[in-house]
Amino acid sequence: MTSLPPESRKKLGLVIDLDTCVGCHACAVNCKEWNTGGHMAPLTDLQAYGAKATGVWFNRIHSFEAGTGENGRTVHFPKSCLHCEDAPCVTVCPTGASFKRAEDGIVLVNEDKCIGCKLCSWACPYGAREYDADAGVMKKCTLCIDRIYNENLAPEDRVPACVSTCPARARHYGDLGDPDSEVSKLVRDRGGQDLMPEMGCKPVNKYLPPRPPKTRAAAIGAPEALAPAAKVGTAILSWLDKRLKR
Amino acid sequence: MGRMGGIRGSIMALWDRIRRGDEVDTSPKVGDEVKTTTCYMCACRCGIRVTLQDGKIRFIQGNPDHPVNRGVLCAKGSAGIMNHYSPARLRAPLKRVGPRGSGEFQEISWEEALATATEWLSAIRKSDPRKLAFFTGRDQSQALTGWWASQFGTPNYAAHGGFCSVNMAAAGMYTIGGSFWEFGEPDWSRTRYFLMFGVAEDHSSNPIKLGLGELKGREGTKFVSVNPVRTGYSAIADEWIGIRPGTDGLFVLSLVHELLAAGKVDFEYLVRYTNAPWLVIEAPGTPEDGLFARDSDGCVLAWDSERAAPADAQAADIVPALVGRFTLPDGRTAVPVFELLARRYLAEEYAPDAVAERTGVPAATIRRIAAELAHVAFSQAITLDVPWTDWAGRRHEQIVGRPVSVHAMRGISAHSNGFHTCRAIHILQILLGSIDCPGGFRFKPPFPKPVPGYGKPAGRPGQVRPGEPLPGSPLGYPMGPEDLLVEADGTPCRIDKAFSWEHPLAAHGMLHMVIANAWNRDPYPIDTLFLFMANMAWNSAMNTSRTMEMLADVDAETGEYRIPRIIYADAYYSETVPYADLVLPDTTYLERHDCISLLDRPISDADAAADAIRRPVVEPDRDVRPFQDVLIELGVRLGLPGLVEADGRPRYPGGFKDYMVRHERAPGIGMLAGWRGESGDRHGKGAPNPRQLERYIENGCFWHHAFADDERFLRMANRGYLERAVAMGFLDKAQPVVFQIYSEPLQKFRLAARGHGAVRPPAHLRDRVAACFDPLPIWYRPFEEDAADPARFPLHAITQRPMQMYHAWHSQNAWLRQITGSNKLYMHPATARAHGLAEDDWVWVESRTGRIKAQVGVMEGVNPDVVWTWNAIGKRRGSWNLAPDSPEFTRGFLLNHVISEVLPAGSGTQSNSDPVTGQAAWFDLRVRIEKAPAGEPKTSAPQFEAVAPAPGHETPADVLRYGAAFRAERDKGRR
Repeated sequence: MTSLPPESRKKLGLVIDLDTCVGCHACAVNCKEWNTGGHMAPLTDLQAYGAKATGVWFNRIHSFEAGTGENGRTVHFPKSCLHCEDAPCVTVCPTGASFKRAEDGIVLVNEDKCIGCKLCSWACPYGAREYDADAGVMKKCTLCIDRIYNENLAPEDRVPACVSTCPARARHYGDLGDPDSEVSKLVRDRGGQDLMPEMGCKPVNKYLPPRPPKTRAAAIGAPEALAPAAKVGTAILSWLDKRLKR
Repeated sequence: MGRMGGIRGSIMALWDRIRRGDEVDTSPKVGDEVKTTTCYMCACRCGIRVTLQDGKIRFIQGNPDHPVNRGVLCAKGSAGIMNHYSPARLRAPLKRVGPRGSGEFQEISWEEALATATEWLSAIRKSDPRKLAFFTGRDQSQALTGWWASQFGTPNYAAHGGFCSVNMAAAGMYTIGGSFWEFGEPDWSRTRYFLMFGVAEDHSSNPIKLGLGELKGREGTKFVSVNPVRTGYSAIADEWIGIRPGTDGLFVLSLVHELLAAGKVDFEYLVRYTNAPWLVIEAPGTPEDGLFARDSDGCVLAWDSERAAPADAQAADIVPALVGRFTLPDGRTAVPVFELLARRYLAEEYAPDAVAERTGVPAATIRRIAAELAHVAFSQAITLDVPWTDWAGRRHEQIVGRPVSVHAMRGISAHSNGFHTCRAIHILQILLGSIDCPGGFRFKPPFPKPVPGYGKPAGRPGQVRPGEPLPGSPLGYPMGPEDLLVEADGTPCRIDKAFSWEHPLAAHGMLHMVIANAWNRDPYPIDTLFLFMANMAWNSAMNTSRTMEMLADVDAETGEYRIPRIIYADAYYSETVPYADLVLPDTTYLERHDCISLLDRPISDADAAADAIRRPVVEPDRDVRPFQDVLIELGVRLGLPGLVEADGRPRYPGGFKDYMVRHERAPGIGMLAGWRGESGDRHGKGAPNPRQLERYIENGCFWHHAFADDERFLRMANRGYLERAVAMGFLDKAQPVVFQIYSEPLQKFRLAARGHGAVRPPAHLRDRVAACFDPLPIWYRPFEEDAADPARFPLHAITQRPMQMYHAWHSQNAWLRQITGSNKLYMHPATARAHGLAEDDWVWVESRTGRIKAQVGVMEGVNPDVVWTWNAIGKRRGSWNLAPDSPEFTRGFLLNHVISEVLPAGSGTQSNSDPVTGQAAWFDLRVRIEKAPAGEPKTSAPQFEAVAPAPGHETPADVLRYGAAFRAERDKGRR
């Protein structure tokens, strides 16, 4: 079994805004595109042009409905590795392949040590591990470790691909260990939440819940209805006196 | 703290020793070079940066400097690599060797392909140019293709707008001189109320998502989505209104009713910028009834309340009456437009209680939305301290904004009442004073354009002559019956019957009718159907099964195909390729030059004019050529006047790239507006600049000209902007654009239907034209609802597009098909229950013309009277180089098979389209559903015989390891 490092001061992760995520899959596909040539390349696809096309994706969007009638809502929920502080996928690993970096908290897999036993995927309550059957090893979100520190990229590109591409700007990246970081502020201001906190994994990634919908007129300070003129004719007559210069 | 840090440091060091072998290369080299170009994975035309490594595409990302997408990129754009390397790409020109539809082809040389096409087309041009029907689908180079058609001399040209969104374009152009999407956008950064109608989620997708992301975080700002289905954008709306399809017009006019009844209307705006005060002649039975009152110089009149006399309606400083009945100097009476509008929409038939049941929107909701709109427009007005000068030279210190914005597209457009519904939406915006103001809906230059009077279609009798070009563009905006393309007896001049009495304002043509009409030889037989990028044998056709039969049908008498010749240009082995006699293989978007021109579909934003180019970032590895180059080469071989010099030499020997730079549409106006003039210092207008493309490439492949602060609002009447627009070649004259609440051109058609004028509709269309050419917006039941007995076909059936796909190109993409590889027929739980259905059951879906089988999906977020599915997921076996047991074939289905292209007998062979514009009425469809009997195969129906694989197409490998080579290369470097 593999040990976790001492709690890292730096906790790099994502903050995902469920208020603005429209479920467009941009983050998932851009992640796939970067990472299939990236640190854990390739993100293999099996039967890519066949009956049961499946592939390795580090980030997937789950769309579902919650509630019924007026309280009904369609939810788009992007999910990738949450880089947990108490990462069961690491502690369960028999070879030390799965590990959490001490310096920034990113959870990675060393493919040279991975024997493809899949214990980590059973241990992860979020289903965030991705087995590459072709390579026989487990793969996963690296938080774009080959982008975020990459001196060959422009400073503004040193963010995870999913964050850089998100068209609704629903994804944010930063140090959740630093209470003054933009992401920590977002979590405080918007009531950011852990996914399934009861599992005790202490995920680093946070989700911002949808803002309360402004359904009622009062939510924007408007009346429920306009006060109509007594009669149609009255309305028209009232405009006879309009003296507006063109 | 220091001591703690020291201990911590040692622990870390120890940890790092334990973790030996886990070193991660955090700074790998990323590719050899980065090239900018423009995406073509859909119609948004975002800027992209393509990173290349060893000549292969490592990565595609959004260009952060680009005005359209500001660095973001959607799922389609990010999957561009897989489209580029798709195993379905065509490899070489093809000649058909088996029967049409079989897919039996032989690869031929380009010389043979071009010689064949030239032989066919040359014979047509010499005898009757109309016999070429040239339709270019999802073409982004219509400035070239339309011009080419007119040089050839055929009026039978259009792209795909007729089945996409011509209702939006035409309603906008005839009303405000601009329209939604490409001609305008919400003022995302200032709007406080955003009302969205029926938007296909792959349309303008990155700008909309950027805008929604920004808007949702703004305090007190509301987003309302009106759509029968709650997916995508609607999922994050503050309020979702699951309206009944085809009733949006009623809903909008009921909002208008509420606003008028409460007097919540921007009267100043109406007086200054619209034809609300223009006088309309009331003289029933006469040829001028309903036309504007004019003086002897032809100036439209208003009633000046100050002088109590008629006055030039466009004069500054008059005080025009908005209501009243006035006697004209000739004794006739006339009424201001506003009074006609008020009387119509104040009527009880538009009251919320009267429309609630038909729209499915509770009356209280309609009243509340109207109150919210009025509240935001009038109580939360924005004032910008930006001095500006109006068209009359009057200086204003401030600009007032009514921060209500609207966006509407396919859900409005794809109905036979869509033109009027879109006009109704624009009139709602106008009454709120929220067009081109801060916080409202704003124009994207070169719009607004003058209303009316912006280019008329060419192709009238006498304008089509053997061996001669047309005197103008085949597409345009008719202003009255005399502009129609009809013979003396009313017969349509065009094969698609656009601009005929069936569809007088068919400004984008009617691609969806070309095959049926060519097969019917109605109005005449054609010789060659030349298609580009239009999957007309599948998801782009109405009545797909029948369309496939028509394409392959042989005339029993002659033994020849009823549509004698078909040429098709496509980059992929789509369902339409097997029906072509000659296939011209196109490149992918990363292998070619293209021109995103202001003459065509501009990418400007509200604050700036912009255009862009595509340029090859990789070389083709197959024997394929960019379609635009092929078209120019064909033009040279045919000797088309604009493409050859007097001595017959090619005028653009460098192909399309050369044309992009040197072609001038008018002196100084070319395909690209940036860096014109010999030294590249002119913008908009200027002599061709031989280094223009280099300048574009240096700037990330786009040009973006920001307007001065005082040129950014109320541009229909802003002198600074109007003069700038003239200088840049967008407008001919710096005259104000007056919004046409009341549309006189429509009234002219109606008068013709009432028996006035020289050009009149044939008897069988007279009532329809009289009814549907109302100069003020009307609502009528979609035609299909009259055709299909609602008791027998109780459900509406519509399609949506997933955000990650744009038509057939993407349901074959290795990555995107993993997200959506098959489609279901979605319905509300109550609807499913009523039919005894549960998730994953199979149902037969029957319309008045056919039936299909599909699998059921159950969801809450849909109007219970509606079933819907994702468009263009189902495919035909054998096409696209997908395995025969792919879910696109076995479970995927097309709704198209049950959508008829014609209305039922009794209405002639009239197209199932909007009677004004010819817009395909896809969403008028009515169906019934029934559980499929147990024991039936669990596959979608209909299924078709597989087409043969394209020559040279090999079965793709089972394992796709894209990117492994990049890693191998890196690892080599590290060792």
